[in-house]
Amino acid sequence: MKKFTQQLVLLGPGLAWLVVFLVIPLVLILSYSFFRRGPYGGVVYEFTLKNYKQLFSPLVLRVFLTSLRIAVITTGLALLIGYPTAYAIATAAPQWRTTLLGLVALPFWTSYLIRTYAWIVLLNREGVINHFLMRLGIIHEPLGLLYNEFAIIIGLLYGYLPFMILPLYSSIERLNPELREAAADLGAPPLKTFFTVTLPLTLQGVIAGSIFVFVPSLGNFVVPELLGGGRRLMIGNLIQNRFLKARDWPSGAAMAFGVMSIVLILLLLQAWATNRLQEGGANAE
Amino acid sequence: MRSKFLKRVRALDVHLVLVYLFLYGPIVMLIVLSFNELGLPTAWGGFSLKWYGELARNTALLNAGINSLIVAGGSTLVSAVIGTLLAIGLERAVRSTLLDAFVFVPMIIPDIVLAIALLSFYSLLKMRLGLYSIMLSHIVFNIAFVAAIVRTRLSYFDPSLEEASMDLGATQIKTFLKITLPLILPGIMAGALLAFTISFDEFVIAFFTAGPGQPTLPIQIYSMVRFGVTPDVNALSTIILFISITSILVAQRLSGMRGVL
Amino acid sequence: MSGNGPLVAIRNVVKRFGSIVAVNNVSLDVQQGEFFALLGPSGCGKTTLLRMLAGFETPDSGEILLEGEDLVGVKPWKRPVNMMFQSYALFPHMTVYNNVAYGLREDRLDKQEIDRRVREVLEMVGLLGLARRKPDTLSGGQKQRVALARAIVKQPKVLLLDEPLAALDRKLRVEMRLELKRLQHEVGIAFIFVTHDQEEALTMADRAAVMNAGQVLQVGTPQELYELPTSLFVANFIGESNVFTGSLKVAGDDVTVVGAERAWRVSAEASRRVGLKDGDAVAIVIRPEHLQIIPAASGQETNGLSNTATGMLIETAYLGSMRHYIVELDDGTRVMAQTQAGHIFDSLTEGTRVSVGWELERGVLVPADDEALIEGAGLSGAL
Repeated sequence: MKKFTQQLVLLGPGLAWLVVFLVIPLVLILSYSFFRRGPYGGVVYEFTLKNYKQLFSPLVLRVFLTSLRIAVITTGLALLIGYPTAYAIATAAPQWRTTLLGLVALPFWTSYLIRTYAWIVLLNREGVINHFLMRLGIIHEPLGLLYNEFAIIIGLLYGYLPFMILPLYSSIERLNPELREAAADLGAPPLKTFFTVTLPLTLQGVIAGSIFVFVPSLGNFVVPELLGGGRRLMIGNLIQNRFLKARDWPSGAAMAFGVMSIVLILLLLQAWATNRLQEGGANAE
Repeated sequence: MRSKFLKRVRALDVHLVLVYLFLYGPIVMLIVLSFNELGLPTAWGGFSLKWYGELARNTALLNAGINSLIVAGGSTLVSAVIGTLLAIGLERAVRSTLLDAFVFVPMIIPDIVLAIALLSFYSLLKMRLGLYSIMLSHIVFNIAFVAAIVRTRLSYFDPSLEEASMDLGATQIKTFLKITLPLILPGIMAGALLAFTISFDEFVIAFFTAGPGQPTLPIQIYSMVRFGVTPDVNALSTIILFISITSILVAQRLSGMRGVL
Repeated sequence: MSGNGPLVAIRNVVKRFGSIVAVNNVSLDVQQGEFFALLGPSGCGKTTLLRMLAGFETPDSGEILLEGEDLVGVKPWKRPVNMMFQSYALFPHMTVYNNVAYGLREDRLDKQEIDRRVREVLEMVGLLGLARRKPDTLSGGQKQRVALARAIVKQPKVLLLDEPLAALDRKLRVEMRLELKRLQHEVGIAFIFVTHDQEEALTMADRAAVMNAGQVLQVGTPQELYELPTSLFVANFIGESNVFTGSLKVAGDDVTVVGAERAWRVSAEASRRVGLKDGDAVAIVIRPEHLQIIPAASGQETNGLSNTATGMLIETAYLGSMRHYIVELDDGTRVMAQTQAGHIFDSLTEGTRVSVGWELERGVLVPADDEALIEGAGLSGAL
């Protein structure tokens, strides 16, 4: 009994909060996604699968695919840039590591919107990059750097690169350096050592970092709005549009669950992979 | 051999420098531009504090800043308490991977999904939207972040310290107040700092659950920048940068909390 | 090329890390098939030397020759040298089999050949039954065998072992000493191993180099190192010793060490061995088992002994197969004697007046430089 009171005091408030402000709202929009849209917005409680069927309409499907493509490219670039960065920090002199890592995390503590805005200043037609390229005579007409997929990817990469580097760093730093030396000692040149020893043993960091970049990129609506100019709609913009402009909540809710199911599949894949990796370590004959 | 080895290190270091340039270039650019008399990104009109003056007269922005402080302060206070209790509960009272996963959900769920879910929930309850509705929403993920950081601290903590205290005659509550709490305080502070920063900066959920006429700072900035370049935002970003970097450094000095950065 | 020169020749190797000289002008030879130990306290440079042999560090100057060919500049993965790491560094994501096969695959041998050799070496270390297991499921001793198998399967010219037994518990460590020795015999590869444990070095090595502060102080067989140390450091580092210091006085064959309180006699041969001359600061080293102890009341003769002193027994310790005695001499110095258990003095109690002494030829003479004295003070503090 005493034990139960203790558990109630400790876990009660937090779990209650999460149930009320997370579980119930999610269940609510899940149910909305199976209802019809009312004539003036709102919801008519009448069961339908129309909202989900509509996810496979050419328009929505295209937006989903665009979002997936952008999120995949962003994640891939973040991995390509982030891995060597994390590796360089993890193998730097110990007294420098904390500082170098802090420098990666520091931009995170500044306003996300302002960091995105900085890219408007850099990329727009009268922006810093165009100006300098024209000054240097490399181009004569300003390039359309802003309001396209490239700008969205740059913006997402800029916002989420630290999320890739931090988990990668911790998995690389944990790796016993003698393992790399052992591979070299047994005859493996550096690249071979990387692919047979370092990479497989830091795969958990790769997976975690990729999820931390992929998930917020996929559902993003600020970056496509500001840097994509709303022309390249991503799924986040569509959901926002359905909710705040078209007032079609059931359809917006169904799209949200479309995003959620992708995220869920990824998380399950991660759990499965993590399990396998750990089992790999502890698999008795 | 030696020179080859150095060359490899150098290639990695060059990469590192380029990454830092990528991360800091845009930020430094904004700071420099905030002192540009002309307010243009491409032409230097001399050093000036003009845009800071402009900013000081922008009451809408100042009000939005105050709104953000209220939201972030309120949600931080509540989530620091609830999140700490949750962390202790998950670390000491109940060990369950299912609960762990559940508490992890608010950190990983796409913000737009949480935003529309909360908006639907509030409007079902016919709740009037305002600063407090944003605050209630922010507490959801702030609890998760505080709990995660405090748990890390707790897991480094030797439970025999608590046992020693009780062995020496202190009650459970006294042990908590005199031993556990002081030892995890840096973790709580770090968690609170993180919660405050995230809440202060959070845009999407605030955008959906804000009441009319009461924007938070990110919402106000959003409405300013979505139509292009506005020079007083440069000044604002410099100030925000300055405040967050100093507070991080001060916090780090004060409590030696290295897990934050 | 190899001829009958040494297998490994280290010539004037220097390695600095910043302002620290980790290895200071070291020269060493290791012969074909030899079990060679690099012995010294932590930070003496022995591991750096080993890592230079493996290719993980590059000497600032000097040469490392393997069968007469310079290894400096040859990358670790191209050296016919393999290493057993202190942490074993087994790849946790690979099975025992794949760990052992890793190096052979790098050699691009055909599958059957790899399989044959992996099985052969696993058989040799007695782990064939565990080939499909992952390293995390193995005991410390098993991991150590896998690490060894993985390193010897490539049939290197030299096998390097970095503190090979340090991670094992004591009982296993003693067993593995013999096991390693047997394996080394079986494969016939030269082993160079690093250790800080003098007992380990003495029991396993054919020869050992004692290192301190980046320098090799003495190279020799375990017996030479123990019985005829050439420096106070080596005398103190290897085994226990009683040390009496003073200045050397040579008068023909009559050699004495004049200390603060009294003079001790030493053999003329002892002084010639290390090339000391009249007036040098020296130390006499007497091993505890050579220090004889005679109860004053027993009336026994001390005639056979060249140097004697009287004192009081202040402590005895029973160690199973032997017994230690600590005697405080009348001038206040403390000495330690050791007898086999079952000796007639077993019943001596603390507080008994005794004489101690040693036979002339048991006193080993070494130079007494101040630095070594300070080091030695720390080490014989075990007394």
